[in-house]
Amino acid sequence: MTTSLGNGDFIVRNLSKTFVRHGGSGARCVRAVDDVSFRVPKGTSLGLVGESGCGKSTVARAILRLIEPDSGSIVFDGIDVRAAKGAALRALRRRMQIVFQDPYSSLNPRRTIRQTLEEPLRVHLRISSKEIREKAEAAMVEVGLPREALERYPHEFSGGQRQRIGIARALVLDPELVVADEAVSALDVSVQAQILRLLEGLRERRGLSFLFVSHDLGVVRHFCDRVCVMYLGRIVEEGPTVDVFDRPLHPYTRLLRDSYPVPDPRARRPLVQIVGEVPSAANPPPGCGFHPRCARADGLCSVERPQLETVSDDRARACYDPEATDVAWGGLRIGAR
Amino acid sequence: MTSFPRPALDLRNLRTEFRIRDRWYPAVRNVSVSLMPNETLAVVGESGSGKSVTALSILRLLPHAGARIQGGEVLFEGQDLVTLSEREMSSIRGNSIAMIFQEPMTSLNPTMTVGDQIAEAILIHRGGSRMQAKAEALRLLEEVKIPSPKSRLDEYPHQFSGGMRQRVMIAMALACHPRVLLADEPTTALDVTIQAQVLSQLEELKQAYGMSMLFITHNLGVVAQIADRVAVMYAGEIVELATVDALFAKPMHPYTAALLRAMPRADRGTENLEPIPGSVPALSAVPAGCSYAPRCPFKERTCLDLHPELVSSGDPGHLVRCPVRPVGGVH
Repeated sequence: MTTSLGNGDFIVRNLSKTFVRHGGSGARCVRAVDDVSFRVPKGTSLGLVGESGCGKSTVARAILRLIEPDSGSIVFDGIDVRAAKGAALRALRRRMQIVFQDPYSSLNPRRTIRQTLEEPLRVHLRISSKEIREKAEAAMVEVGLPREALERYPHEFSGGQRQRIGIARALVLDPELVVADEAVSALDVSVQAQILRLLEGLRERRGLSFLFVSHDLGVVRHFCDRVCVMYLGRIVEEGPTVDVFDRPLHPYTRLLRDSYPVPDPRARRPLVQIVGEVPSAANPPPGCGFHPRCARADGLCSVERPQLETVSDDRARACYDPEATDVAWGGLRIGAR
Repeated sequence: MTSFPRPALDLRNLRTEFRIRDRWYPAVRNVSVSLMPNETLAVVGESGSGKSVTALSILRLLPHAGARIQGGEVLFEGQDLVTLSEREMSSIRGNSIAMIFQEPMTSLNPTMTVGDQIAEAILIHRGGSRMQAKAEALRLLEEVKIPSPKSRLDEYPHQFSGGMRQRVMIAMALACHPRVLLADEPTTALDVTIQAQVLSQLEELKQAYGMSMLFITHNLGVVAQIADRVAVMYAGEIVELATVDALFAKPMHPYTAALLRAMPRADRGTENLEPIPGSVPALSAVPAGCSYAPRCPFKERTCLDLHPELVSSGDPGHLVRCPVRPVGGVH
């Protein structure tokens, strides 16, 4: 297949992106992604969780250069993604594909599914029309849709089927890394489980790597080997998904986890005191971005920003608090019992 | 819970239909359920299950063309809301029964300040002077814990975050001290930390105002956290009705059990995530027998022809619409 310069790993270092909005009262800067580093070893899946506005989708787009990052390095299989141009960039794009959240708006309503699936093949591969047809058909079958569906239009499909088509579109080029940006968030539970199953199967069969962006901790726990928790454009905690959710080391991870409603009425427990909302990225607080909401914050937290530091073998967090906030699960109590 | 006290809201055989190409199809099929005083009843189901249409039918907020309440009763304080005139109905809406929606931005007027909107609702329903209404609006914003409520009164909805807008909606809904609050996916569009805030606030206010709440959601996690009882809807009808503890400990309907197994959990591993094959039937293509039968692993031949009734499961207060369910719950 592709001549490999590296080991198939995807490595991001110090990625930053600032959006500048020119308005009536001068330019306003929003630092959407701030010094983000992570690694997706070949064949593994890394989750990126956080609330709206934390920068997770910007990361997803910036690493594919759908948005040009301001600084940082992106290396895929030993190739510098940011430096790539022309044919080299096209070749990279073939190997890195994205699945979007909303299968309604990410498919062209005026094209048949066949047109949508075959276009990337024509752009990227020099193969015969017959081979193109066969590849499109194989992709449809792989995502569990009938071949005949290729001649139909997006509006003829349900949400779950459309998401399958979105996945087929990403798959036709045989990518090695798939960026899934809230790929199952818009789906009903029963259909969501179908799509997760499908993605799991693809990961096993094809040895795909995943960057899995989601706000749903349950989905991330199910699908991802490791997870990065983002807050205000920065990674505040990183580690194996199970460890991070079961024994969070950053107060924000704990807040996020304890806010997640657990489907077990016996697990109601007193509501953790949740103060305030996520501050605007246009006007972030000084020091640690989380300190205005943090119960354990002290003087240093409001002055100096903690760096993401390794805590144990494979875990890292950005927090000054000497005590690990190691608290077991219980879910939070909201209803009176 | 015994049913001796009079329900705050009592749905009896409610049937709502939509017209598709000159034929009427039921979106809500003979739903009977009582909401007891001070109770939180969660209505849970996937999209197209009829849960929102049920709430809209209660307040008769369905479009005049293409939708009709074809039968049944909605009993509230001794009257049947289905038979009321539009004029009588509008005195119920907002006054005795209030509703909050998923997307507060589409329910708020973007050209009016938040204070004026709340005050308007108060003036229409309770009369009094503009000054009094404004003062009450301020009190309500304080009650739903909007920071610096005084200056917020003069701001517009776009200046509020999603969570704040939902709190403004809640403040408006509370303005007339309703007996019943219909909450249609009020936290679905919110981030989890904000969702937790809004849920706990709704619970607090429910207690303080002595309201009953019909809480519509697709999220079983939210159900487990707030509900007293749960009605599971599928294809327009209730397939299971139970206390929240019974529903999660011992789901009786294969659909309920399947939903629980299809949901990935953040608090523990879900190695065996089991998707439900197929999808929810379209309004115009609901099967004749059990509507879940085509997707059900336990189906028997009779399921395809005989429409099952919602009957007692044997446990008190636990109703289920499935004659073939395994004894002792579906696990």
